Amino acid sequence: MRGAGPAVCLGRDIDTDQIIAGRYLRTKDRSAWAEHVLEDLDPALAGRIRGAVIVAGRNMGCGSSREQAVVALREAGVVGVVAPSFARIFFRNAINVGLPVIEAPVSSCTDGAHVAFDLDEGWVEVDGERYPARPLSAKMVAILRAGGLVPYWRSRR
Amino acid sequence: MSTLSERILGAPAGTYVDREVDLAFAHDGTGILTREALREMAVERLAHPDRLRLIFDHIVPANTGTTATLQAELREYARSSGVALSDVGGGICHQVMGEGLVRPGMVVVGADSHTCTLGAFGAFATGMGATDMAAIWASGATWFRVPETIALWLSGRLTGAAEPKDVALTYVAKLGMEGATYRALEFVGDGAAGISMDGRLTLCNMAVETGAKAGMFYTDEATVRYLAEHGVSASPETLEDCRYEREVDIDLSDVVPLVAVPHRVDTVREVEEVAGTHLDQVFLGTCTNGRYEDLARFARVVRGKKVAVRTLVVPASRAVLARAIATGVLADIVDAGCAVVTPGCGPCLGAHAGVLGEGEVCLSTANRNFKNRMGVGGEIYLSSAATAAASALAGEIAVPEVV
Repeated sequence: MRGAGPAVCLGRDIDTDQIIAGRYLRTKDRSAWAEHVLEDLDPALAGRIRGAVIVAGRNMGCGSSREQAVVALREAGVVGVVAPSFARIFFRNAINVGLPVIEAPVSSCTDGAHVAFDLDEGWVEVDGERYPARPLSAKMVAILRAGGLVPYWRSRR
Repeated sequence: MSTLSERILGAPAGTYVDREVDLAFAHDGTGILTREALREMAVERLAHPDRLRLIFDHIVPANTGTTATLQAELREYARSSGVALSDVGGGICHQVMGEGLVRPGMVVVGADSHTCTLGAFGAFATGMGATDMAAIWASGATWFRVPETIALWLSGRLTGAAEPKDVALTYVAKLGMEGATYRALEFVGDGAAGISMDGRLTLCNMAVETGAKAGMFYTDEATVRYLAEHGVSASPETLEDCRYEREVDIDLSDVVPLVAVPHRVDTVREVEEVAGTHLDQVFLGTCTNGRYEDLARFARVVRGKKVAVRTLVVPASRAVLARAIATGVLADIVDAGCAVVTPGCGPCLGAHAGVLGEGEVCLSTANRNFKNRMGVGGEIYLSSAATAAASALAGEIAVPEVV
């Protein structure tokens, strides 16, 4: 599983309240989450992340279990999320909705840097510098490859 | 020779296992997405409806027509699928599940990050997202990576005005917001016995604020007594010699009243250091500190006096509310000028019932003080019920007195 795009850099400990605020949760309209994604952090981000790879600091996605956070990022067109560490529910949710998450020791980020990743080979590159990605379990790979847990489930019935 | 997680999940740390889930629940927020995922998965029959619960707590009663319609849809789904529903007013999912449903040794999954609360009963309880929940409802099982464990060795006893919440803030500050990511926490040592069940629930509740997937106590006499009061029989469990990844000592007699200051849970100060901070709202409640002992502690301080600032009191469940009524605790709280809100999450997640305005400052007994969480431009300090009571009377952050 591969992906590439320009980097959008975020800080450390980005919590799910910042990714999608509690006041926007009561709807089934996924486009509404994409519209308000990362709004409290910077309202301009929603327009910049389509086709981009988010490169975040440590503990990406901490806080609430709200799956709307990963759906909002996916619906907003994010290609993948790279961070040195993730909160575990966010990480699991991302795989479940088919959003590639890459745990790799990337320590610096410049907006617009070229980011590429290959989950099968287990690496991510930022402006040509290569970092090893932490391997996923076989089941996580299968779910991600299917496009998420719902298509994975359907394909196995 | 295993940790509690290894014992319950039946495999050594680091192993991936598929496990049946004994109890699984979603609330009005995550339940909607679980329902959607089940629809997309074309699941017609749930594996074990008797092991599942839908618990309305996040926005209760509904605040808008949209919320009401979504809740009506979930109500209808509960009826048609055979999943028991705890409707508006029943209380917070983690409290409701802890009133006689969760038993030691169970595997419990909730579609809410604070599901780790229920490890207080010696269960392996962890939060997952809505789609994982849908797969559990459909199949009865899910995958886990058996976590490594960090031991928190508790010794001594709490003194002065310090409460279990202050112990929670102590360990969150020691470990940091990602200090236990992917790990389980075990609260062990001689000091554990002296902490009440309500206090243990508070301690386990905040495990996720360090990134942990579970926070657990071993079943002892106090657990057995509490469960017996809820019609459940259990027997004590003993700590085995096992391998902890890391061990942290906390002497309870050293713990003093603390507050987490905006906007990080792991940025903690002694109450003294921030005493005098102006407040616009005090909020007593949530899955961290909305239990009977918290309400009783608060009432002892405000009894016969008047609060000097808008104060919201949200019991964690109907059972908590009923007990507070029966013992007179609620009358003391109402007479002191507090506003009592329907059992549930209240304004904790910033969606209703006490949202903060721009620039407003709240002292809350909740577990998260993330920027803008309770309202854009609002600031949140986190404390114990005792500190909240003293501060409500003063209208500013105040050091709790020894009662």
